[in-house]
Amino acid sequence: MNFYLTAFLLGLSLSVIAMGIFISMKIFNIPDITTDGSYTLGAVITAICLSHGYPLWLTYLLAVFGGALAGSITGFIHTKLKINALLAGILVMTALYSVNLSLLGRSNLPLLNVRNIFQSLSFISDIDRNTFFILLVITTLLWVGLSLMLKTDFGLAMRATGNSESMIKALGVDTDRMKIIGLAISNGLVATSGFLVAQYQGFADINMGIGIVIVGLGSVMIGEAISHWFNISSIWINILLVIAGSIAFQVVLAFTLSLGIDANLLKLITALFVLFIVSLPNLSFRKN
Amino acid sequence: MIELKNVSKTFNKGKANEVNALKNTSIKIEKGEFVVVIGENGSGKSTFLNLVAGNIYPSEGNIYLQGEDVTKLPEFGRSRWIARVFQNPLSGTASELSILTNFRLASLRTQRKKMVIGTNRKFVEKVKEQVSSLNMGLENKLEQSMGSLSGGQRQALTLLMSVMDEAKILLLDEPTAALDPRSAQLILKTADQLITQYGLTAVLVTHNLKDAYTHGNRILQFSEGEIIRDISSSEKEKIQQTDLYAWFE
Repeated sequence: MNFYLTAFLLGLSLSVIAMGIFISMKIFNIPDITTDGSYTLGAVITAICLSHGYPLWLTYLLAVFGGALAGSITGFIHTKLKINALLAGILVMTALYSVNLSLLGRSNLPLLNVRNIFQSLSFISDIDRNTFFILLVITTLLWVGLSLMLKTDFGLAMRATGNSESMIKALGVDTDRMKIIGLAISNGLVATSGFLVAQYQGFADINMGIGIVIVGLGSVMIGEAISHWFNISSIWINILLVIAGSIAFQVVLAFTLSLGIDANLLKLITALFVLFIVSLPNLSFRKN
Repeated sequence: MIELKNVSKTFNKGKANEVNALKNTSIKIEKGEFVVVIGENGSGKSTFLNLVAGNIYPSEGNIYLQGEDVTKLPEFGRSRWIARVFQNPLSGTASELSILTNFRLASLRTQRKKMVIGTNRKFVEKVKEQVSSLNMGLENKLEQSMGSLSGGQRQALTLLMSVMDEAKILLLDEPTAALDPRSAQLILKTADQLITQYGLTAVLVTHNLKDAYTHGNRILQFSEGEIIRDISSSEKEKIQQTDLYAWFE
């Protein structure tokens, strides 16, 4: 049971990535690979700041700022230098590997003797419950914040930028600027996830971001599949489904591992699982 | 209202496939004029419209809107003056967003899109009233996505959206090219109404000479990157529809 609880908590932590990918992928239609690097960057900044005794709030601000900066660089390369979004993301992700490694100074930094967010904020004596509670509050806050933001006039302009660029340009929106801001928000969220996972796992690792974009993407796809199924247009529920997708994703992976599959095959299984979800709508379509 | 001074536009300059899309063109369009632009494919009429809209910049010359030099101003910066209806109904609306959301954004064309939720009940009532003027029964479907509507409905809504915020210039780029004859008539009728009602300066690019004859009060004919005919409103009253056909022979 504990096994599944861990998966559930990890799912909650990673759901913040899924929200980030929701913005880049669903709102802007940009497959943003920067994620792999900005997730690690968030974790690396967190590990360094906490082990240097920085307060939690400052650590968090720096982590989010790092992620947002990485995202805006990708956005800048894509919009101003007119480089394909996928390539722009790969470039920044690759560059971030070196950045992360030099920041970290080594490939792995454990957070053994530092007070992390789950210890600093203690509401319930049971550690697992407390962790669950904190993650739930953070995810809920981000969910509400993001949904509200997408309801504002600015958020509507953001959604229109990904949907009909010609229209929103004619309506007076600088779409380049909008994409840069969007990718900054997206990667700020991704870094938030890195901030949480580093503290949850108790370490930051240079390789922890590899393939994480797929995890986020898979979560968004699960959410989208359910949303399609029930024909849901509400942005609130759509984002909630993405969060649920992330938890479902981790639980399925935990289940697969519990069947006794080699942990080395985890990424392969992840990729196959996402492939399965992504192709599901097309497979059932062909049958009809 | 709209002025081009010695504007030229050359694509692929210096290459084998160099195209002089517009050659040293000067033209002044006054406030309240409804100009119909005609010309064969490649004559420069779309280039002309795109230069005014700002999605391409002139190679030489200057463009003025209401006396202000906008030569280097990008498209989004010109939305203060210009509302656009595109040839493709998909271009003028966001299909995944609701009718209401599309109208909300259109109502902010000349303003900043702020971090406030502006789609309130009062706004919904305003949109309902506007949309009901089309008599398409869409006023009760405002939450429906734009993508679920027909091309004709979308073009009609795009037209209405252009007057949701203060507009001075309306650019219509073959707005009826993708529509059936009945929808096309409805769109142009609505356009006529709105242009008169709001005192807009309008530019309509069309291939349909009957429409060119019926609508607007000035005709510009483009050919090979130049304006070869400029028919003022008094002259336009004297010509026959058959005269227009003769210009293309």
